[in-house]
Amino acid sequence: MIHSLFLVNSSGDIFLEKHWKSVVSRSVCDYFFEAQERASEPENVPPVIPTPHHYLISVLRHRIYFVAVIQSEVPPLFVIEFLHRVVDTFQDYFGVCTEAAIKDNVVVVYELLEEMLDNGFPLATESNILKELIKPPTILRTVVNTITGSTNVGEQLPTGQLSVVPWRRTGVKYTNNEAYFDVVEEIDAIIDKSGSTITAEIQGVIDACVKLTGMPDLTLSFMNPRLLDDVSFHPCVRFKRWEAERILSFIPPDGNFRLLSYHVSCQNLVAIPVYVKHNITFREGSSQGRFELTLGPKQTMGKGLEAVIISSQLPRGVLNTNLNPSQGTYNFDPVTKLLSWDVGKINPQKLPSLKGSMSLQAGASKPDENPTINIQFKIQQSALSGLKVNRLDMYGEKYKPFKGIKYMTKAGKFQVRT
Amino acid sequence: MTDSKYFTTTKKGEIFELKAELNSDKKEKKKEAVKKVIASMTVGKDVSALFPDVVNCMQTDNLELKKLVYLYLMNYAKSQPDMAIMAVNTFVKDCEDANPLIRALAVRTMGCIRVDKITEYLCEPLRKCLKDEDPYVRKTAAVCVAKLHDINAQLVEDQGFLDTLKDLISDSNPMVVANAVAALSEIAESHPNSNLLDLNPQSINKLLTALNECTEWGQIFILDCLANYTPRDDRESQSICERVTPRLSHANSAVVLSAVKVLMKFMEMLPKDLDYYGTLLKKLAPPLVTLLSAEPELQYVALRNINLIVQKRPEILKHEMKVFFVKYNDPIYVKLEKLDIMIRLASQANIAQVLAELKEYATEVDVDFVRKAVRAIGRCAIKVEQSAERCVSTLLDLIQTKVNYVVQEAIVVIKDIFRKYPNKYESVIATLCENLDSLDEPEARAAMIWIVGEYAERIDNADELLESFLEGFHDESTQVQLQLLTAIVKLFLKKPTETQELVQQVLSLATQDSDNPDLRDRGYIYWRLLSTDPVAAKEVVLAEKPLISEETDLIEPTLLEELICHIGTLASVYHKPPSAFVEGSRGVMHKRLPARTGSGESTESPDVGTAAGGSAPEAAPSIIPSQGDLLGDLLNLDMAPPTTSGPPPPTTGMQMGGMDLLGGGLDSLLGGDLGGSPAMGAGFGAAPAVMPASLNAPVGGGLGDLFDLGGGVGMPMGAYIPPKIVWLPAMKAKGLEISGTFARRAGVIQMELILTNKAMSIMTDFAIQFNRNSFGLAPAGPLQVLTPLGPNQTIEVSLPLSTVGPVMKMDPLNNLQVAVKNNIDVFYFSCQYPISMLFVEDGKMERQVFLATWKDIPNDNESQFQIKDCHLNSDAASSKLQGSNIFTIAKRTVEGQDMLYMSIKLSNGIWVLAELRVQAGNPNYTMTTIRRSGS
Repeated sequence: MIHSLFLVNSSGDIFLEKHWKSVVSRSVCDYFFEAQERASEPENVPPVIPTPHHYLISVLRHRIYFVAVIQSEVPPLFVIEFLHRVVDTFQDYFGVCTEAAIKDNVVVVYELLEEMLDNGFPLATESNILKELIKPPTILRTVVNTITGSTNVGEQLPTGQLSVVPWRRTGVKYTNNEAYFDVVEEIDAIIDKSGSTITAEIQGVIDACVKLTGMPDLTLSFMNPRLLDDVSFHPCVRFKRWEAERILSFIPPDGNFRLLSYHVSCQNLVAIPVYVKHNITFREGSSQGRFELTLGPKQTMGKGLEAVIISSQLPRGVLNTNLNPSQGTYNFDPVTKLLSWDVGKINPQKLPSLKGSMSLQAGASKPDENPTINIQFKIQQSALSGLKVNRLDMYGEKYKPFKGIKYMTKAGKFQVRT
Repeated sequence: MTDSKYFTTTKKGEIFELKAELNSDKKEKKKEAVKKVIASMTVGKDVSALFPDVVNCMQTDNLELKKLVYLYLMNYAKSQPDMAIMAVNTFVKDCEDANPLIRALAVRTMGCIRVDKITEYLCEPLRKCLKDEDPYVRKTAAVCVAKLHDINAQLVEDQGFLDTLKDLISDSNPMVVANAVAALSEIAESHPNSNLLDLNPQSINKLLTALNECTEWGQIFILDCLANYTPRDDRESQSICERVTPRLSHANSAVVLSAVKVLMKFMEMLPKDLDYYGTLLKKLAPPLVTLLSAEPELQYVALRNINLIVQKRPEILKHEMKVFFVKYNDPIYVKLEKLDIMIRLASQANIAQVLAELKEYATEVDVDFVRKAVRAIGRCAIKVEQSAERCVSTLLDLIQTKVNYVVQEAIVVIKDIFRKYPNKYESVIATLCENLDSLDEPEARAAMIWIVGEYAERIDNADELLESFLEGFHDESTQVQLQLLTAIVKLFLKKPTETQELVQQVLSLATQDSDNPDLRDRGYIYWRLLSTDPVAAKEVVLAEKPLISEETDLIEPTLLEELICHIGTLASVYHKPPSAFVEGSRGVMHKRLPARTGSGESTESPDVGTAAGGSAPEAAPSIIPSQGDLLGDLLNLDMAPPTTSGPPPPTTGMQMGGMDLLGGGLDSLLGGDLGGSPAMGAGFGAAPAVMPASLNAPVGGGLGDLFDLGGGVGMPMGAYIPPKIVWLPAMKAKGLEISGTFARRAGVIQMELILTNKAMSIMTDFAIQFNRNSFGLAPAGPLQVLTPLGPNQTIEVSLPLSTVGPVMKMDPLNNLQVAVKNNIDVFYFSCQYPISMLFVEDGKMERQVFLATWKDIPNDNESQFQIKDCHLNSDAASSKLQGSNIFTIAKRTVEGQDMLYMSIKLSNGIWVLAELRVQAGNPNYTMTTIRRSGS
């Protein structure tokens, strides 16, 4: 099981350590630092590193490495999932998960870690339960605690801990009862240089914010549930009901949670909402290169493309660029060779373009690699896969809640090769 | 105000300040001080000096303060064991608290304090907490048992906590069940042979019920535990699969992968034509694909596992090629893994797509990735023949880019393509030769030299090219030197006239100026070959090369099976068996996939080599008792075998029973006989004396099988030959499996062997040797394996044996230790030969001599026993036995009983005389044997 945890910042300092069994010397992290040095980019540090007596499993989040030390055979995914949960919890408690935030709340962090893991076995990882055990620090509570001398540690056994619905605490009360669902889809795609789709897939999630009094039992049904053939549910969803009727039936946790994530695979046809016309050329022997880029909407179901940002890693040989955007602003960092163009909205009548020249190192040979263009965008009020919620019903409580559903499509890893 | 204030220090010295604050009267100040102490602890500062002061704060009603003190205690108790005792009272008191949270906290913390003195006090509270009314306390206590076991395993066993823990598996609360399973699994890891997690259908049912209701982490523990169970039949297997499948839709990827492991393992047992089998295959793909859209670290672990799954069951993901396409901003460790899987999935159907992708990757920035992509193109060419041409042209395009490392990598793979498809793509050699100068890596240089040497007759200036390499011979790496030597010799054999000088030059460089023994040896071999017999040299050097295999980097099937059982673990990430690297799991049991019921596949675990022979008789309801059983029986036999009391067993299934007992009888007969002659090893003159019973070792494992009468009388007679059993499992011999038996054919003892190559590489150079043994058995000739043994090939050889080798008494007597050597390694195994093999043909004694001898031998040397349930008349038995050189000298009928007098002569000259009494109608024979040592 998980033996110890070290938090390492981007400059390679260990700024927090926690041991659940015996103390493991922090020198074990030297192996991690070695791997870190070898890696060209921070994210290239391998997630599992063997050392003579331990294994180091690490994740990189918010520019902090969470390095878990294990000594016996433990499923690595279990460790990685747990580390993610730690990050989520910190974010939940402190708003951000940064070195400063962790240092500022080091005692709470320590209490949390102790509560989350016992002898390496996960104890309480649901944010609902943790919050009952250890109250998150707020300015008001800090002040009150200082004045009254009360503590932010719960004295009672969390109610949800052992019930059939461990994710929900009892006795929830709201004056405004509301349930909001966000259907967010991210499209990952690779488009080849001729503009045809090599692979495209949709990762969708339904995030919920449910603030309902008592023990509500919700059902959510879809217009086209057949789209969802590859789904992962929050533990609250009754799987049998889904299997039989394709209806999501659940007692929701209190507050924010991810109800469901789904995957629409590349075997289904996925509509590509944007196209790029590009012409990036370098000529042999010349110190100039041409750069032309035009964007346009493709299949967006009548919704506009917003918050479009183009970025591209230009070849190392490019010294500088002299480009002219028809709208928005562009920026080229001559050190990292990263070109980024904040386009904004795409107006179908007047397509945005970025044209100009690149200056290359004189005398150097023509760069071998072709830059890949990365596109970010958003489409409001539409889920690209066409998924639509039919209705939301509540049972078990008498009041009428306020219900809302929002759709959004975003670009995930959307790449155009040139 | 934030906690960062706890890190500030004053000039007076931190520890001093803190000490004062800890002893303050004000509660609030105390708490602040403890927080400061904890803060220092988190960053690795040593604050152990404050131990007594912090422990003094322990007795408090303030839960936060209490927790903080506990945190401190856990960290430092070990360094201050005497002081830690001070805390015991508070712990014991807290374990009785009315608040379950406090009870749980106390027992949990106590388990974390790794001090012997404290653990003694822990037992009683722990026992109480394990039976606590509150499940929260019980589940905490379950984990505490694992903690305590880690500190003092003996104590846990003595106190009976393991049994209590086992009881908790039936607890009403799923969380308690999950934690009990987790704790037991952890304890079992350090006790590989204990039967802690004794899984049976009832407990499995309980686990499956708890699986639906416990937390995600609990589900992981339960699924991992389920994976260790072997269902009784395919029905049970299917019902478990059905109940595990919903876990594939869990948001926690570790749950998903553990479920995949259970399904992959239990699927083995399902018949392939079952509808459900197909359904299950389809259900496995989506969750695996989903894992690939997670964070890169999760993706990496998932990909390593998918790599295994694809090798075991390629059909699951064969349509999902596209999800493995690489995104340019994937971390490098994800890219490399995806590439590997792409090649494994490449087939004729998708090769065009794959090639286009690979070509794209070959122009990326990351050098490692580009190299692997180029190499992948070559692997595609070798794997999918139809694509070879396209691959070669793609590689040529890449060579035109003149990017140094791309060119080198391309040349290395083109060499493999030449090997796979000889005389097909040689037209590209000219292009390759243009790039000769840019090659600076040994592997690429060696590949190029190989190509030049191999196709020397088509390259006009081959001699010039090779000569150019020769200039810097001493600076080259060994790989290149060896290759250069071979290439020039090839060239010489092809164009002897103009290259004589060159070959002399390279031979002298290799033999006289080199310190490398490999190089020198190879040089000498070529030299002598060329100087003595150029024709032979040609045959050797220009011999046809064996084909290279299509798939590369495949994991050996035996290892793959074991790894499939470890999906989701570190073993699956490293593709090594857990025993190879995990500390603390000494002697892990090798896990095996279960057998498909009803199918004829032999899935015997090779680990149990001696029992393996038992598999055949189970299937065929007529013959031989399993050797394992027989040996077991024999071990209990005494000098004077017990005469049976009670009625003979019922005669249904008689033949089998008959065989078994007759077998046992004969064995013990001969066992007793041989065992009784201590002189046998040292020299045969000594007077026989009775051996102590303990030495009456089981001789001739399958000897009783002489009476292999299943076919009835009238079958062609011949010496009994036991069925072949696995002597050396592939697991233990790097892929070489040896099974075999002994036979006596035409007076010659033969060792009949089946060699199977279960590794990925070719095996050659077989040789065999015996250790000294009781009867001086030795190979009469070399092991005749002339052709190399390719992967998955099997060869049968029979090795004649002589009995003139060195003698040493073995225990058991008929034990034979064998060493087999091949080009890979030397392997050792031991086997037991049936003693009947040693019965010589001239064992028929003259009647007079028989009579005299019978009288001569003292009664001490006599043993008697019964052979039951043998339904043969005396004549049939006699002719049957004669097939195995047990000769009937005389037959007498006394009072309705047939008395057969028989003689046997062993290869070392020992005579055995026997009397077999057969009563008509009674299936029980009585046998009396005596023996005399030979002259």
